[in-house]
Amino acid sequence: MMILSGDPPRSRVLTLVLVLIILALAATPFLFPGAKALNVAAKICVFAALVASYDLLLGYTGSVSFAHTMFYGIGSYAIAIALYGMGPNWAAVATGIVVGLPLAALLALAIGLFSLRVAAIFFAMITLAVASAFQVLASQLSWLTGGEDGRSFQLPELLRPGTVLISKNLFGFEINGRILTFYLVFAVSALMILALLRVVNSPFGRVLQAIRENRFRAEALGFRTVFHLTYANCLAALVAAGAGILNALWLRYAGPDTSLSFSIMLDILLMVVIGGMGTIYGAIIGASIFILAQNYLQSLMGVASQAASEAGLPLLPGLLHPDRWLLWLGLLFIASVYFFPTGVVGRLRNPAGDKSGGGSH
Amino acid sequence: MTDLAATDPLPKPKRDIAPILLPIALALLMIPLIGSTSSWLTLTAASLAMGMMIFIMASGLTLVFGLMDVLNFGHGAFIAVGAYVATLVLAPFAASIQADSLWMNLAVLAPAALLSMAVSGALGLVVERVLILPVYGQHLKQILMTTGGLIVAEQTLYALWGPQIIPMPLPASLRGSFILGEVAIAKYRVLAMLIGLAIFIAIQLVLNRSKLGLLIRAGVENREMVEALGYRIRRLFLGVFMTGSALAGLGGVMWALYREQVHASMSDELTVLIFVVVIIGGLGSIGGCFIGAILVAMVANYGGFLVPKLALVSNILLMVAILMWRPRGLYAVTSR
Repeated sequence: MMILSGDPPRSRVLTLVLVLIILALAATPFLFPGAKALNVAAKICVFAALVASYDLLLGYTGSVSFAHTMFYGIGSYAIAIALYGMGPNWAAVATGIVVGLPLAALLALAIGLFSLRVAAIFFAMITLAVASAFQVLASQLSWLTGGEDGRSFQLPELLRPGTVLISKNLFGFEINGRILTFYLVFAVSALMILALLRVVNSPFGRVLQAIRENRFRAEALGFRTVFHLTYANCLAALVAAGAGILNALWLRYAGPDTSLSFSIMLDILLMVVIGGMGTIYGAIIGASIFILAQNYLQSLMGVASQAASEAGLPLLPGLLHPDRWLLWLGLLFIASVYFFPTGVVGRLRNPAGDKSGGGSH
Repeated sequence: MTDLAATDPLPKPKRDIAPILLPIALALLMIPLIGSTSSWLTLTAASLAMGMMIFIMASGLTLVFGLMDVLNFGHGAFIAVGAYVATLVLAPFAASIQADSLWMNLAVLAPAALLSMAVSGALGLVVERVLILPVYGQHLKQILMTTGGLIVAEQTLYALWGPQIIPMPLPASLRGSFILGEVAIAKYRVLAMLIGLAIFIAIQLVLNRSKLGLLIRAGVENREMVEALGYRIRRLFLGVFMTGSALAGLGGVMWALYREQVHASMSDELTVLIFVVVIIGGLGSIGGCFIGAILVAMVANYGGFLVPKLALVSNILLMVAILMWRPRGLYAVTSR
């Protein structure tokens, strides 16, 4: 229980599902051969951490930020630019981390001090504006960021796919640099999620929940709400930048589409709401469902769209086109905000559908 | 505070003119910086036209928030829908659009704009009933629901019209510029300015001179009190919401003609812009929204002329500066 900070999943089914997801992720290199499965698993790890950090903001403090991808992007770009400029060595990785994380925290501090003093709605609008300005900036400063093309780079020797650590004839599996990178991503994501679990179950996390439930009352109790909210914003930004670093390391690339675009922000929102706000565990569930759907449901939609157009139905082929899958997720999103505000985790913890689940207000 | 006798007239509310002077001061300050008077005049006219279009789109958002404390993150969807619907009328009548006769052009443009307003207004009705009605008073859920609505609307537009950019050429008679001496002012910008000004005056007249406007302003001040007096504020709100959506649709048509193209991603781009405007103006204030729109457009135009690189973040800098001066926007309307 220590490792979960005294906040277990509190539902037998949920525990089972979580254990299954984590085991499946950990065993992906051996169970599911092929590059696609490994890519999906790594993406789930990265997004689980990213969404968990967003949950700290949305679920625990009740403030909606649209700038989360900005911090994610800062992490990605920091490591990409460092490795691109300094060559594939560990000093560059360290530089990327040392520059990226504090930069994200500082920017979060500035935004927080500036906009968290006022209502939640102001914070949402200001973060949206800042994030869009940052996105434009990143695509325009092409001498630094590579513009729309982004930056591709090489990893240090140890993490490259060509590096064979344990050859195939020892266990029947080849352990190479790629698999080592996967386990690096897996382990760091897991650590970040456990750290977030620690944060939300600390006295500090309780104050955040108090602010979410009633900011005025929390202030009357003597808590400096602006300080707490800004601190939470900085922590979330740090973890988001960490997730960005992992993402860039895995993809060996950082660009506007993979790390900064507004659609990633929407993806994060969808994942956190579908998984369950204010639970941290919801992040793992939400990221798994969403990314599996993104990678495998889209091909299913392609088949359905084909069938519909062959049957000569009007409109349906367009609506079922694989590129339109966000349409269906958007509908699912609205339905889940409306009918299941507590998400999958809330439902599993409280099958009776009691409205008292956490994080719905 | 002095005591008032019952017969005394109410004290006049203090007029706050500092925000009105701000854009004027900004424009005057730019004369020496830009150097040539003719380019200054052209830029100022461009800013005013752009500001009017942004105002048309943003006015609905700010009123809806002021009246019912609802922030519609999907407001941009109405803009895009308006622009797409206009193509339904403009594409089949491309010939009369290209004819060099003002009346023939307007005979197609006006129905297109009206149809856009009708469709976005009707969509506003659906959105209010389906998405917003269940989550009144819950900011977090409102943001989530309307963001979801924005995704669905955008994707539906892609599904119906396809992901490509649709060209939307300006009518022949609105192309080109009026030349006054050395100053060139694009004809379409003059039209945009006139329409924007007319809508601003109409909104001000309705809000300040009619019973309906009295109720709306009272609702912004104190919703419960208006309800207690027996007015169905929900219906009033629905009307304001639909009007705001229709205006956003009109703004969408005008913006699409200004850019001469239509694409569903315009809703994202413009959402950010109108958010900056309503924050600068003070949530719920029409006057603030008007000044905010002009300020944003001025900074974009002057900034783009003087320091093109700065123009990318000029909106944010403007917003930061204004909020440093007045943390609740130029005109803080409500106590929220």
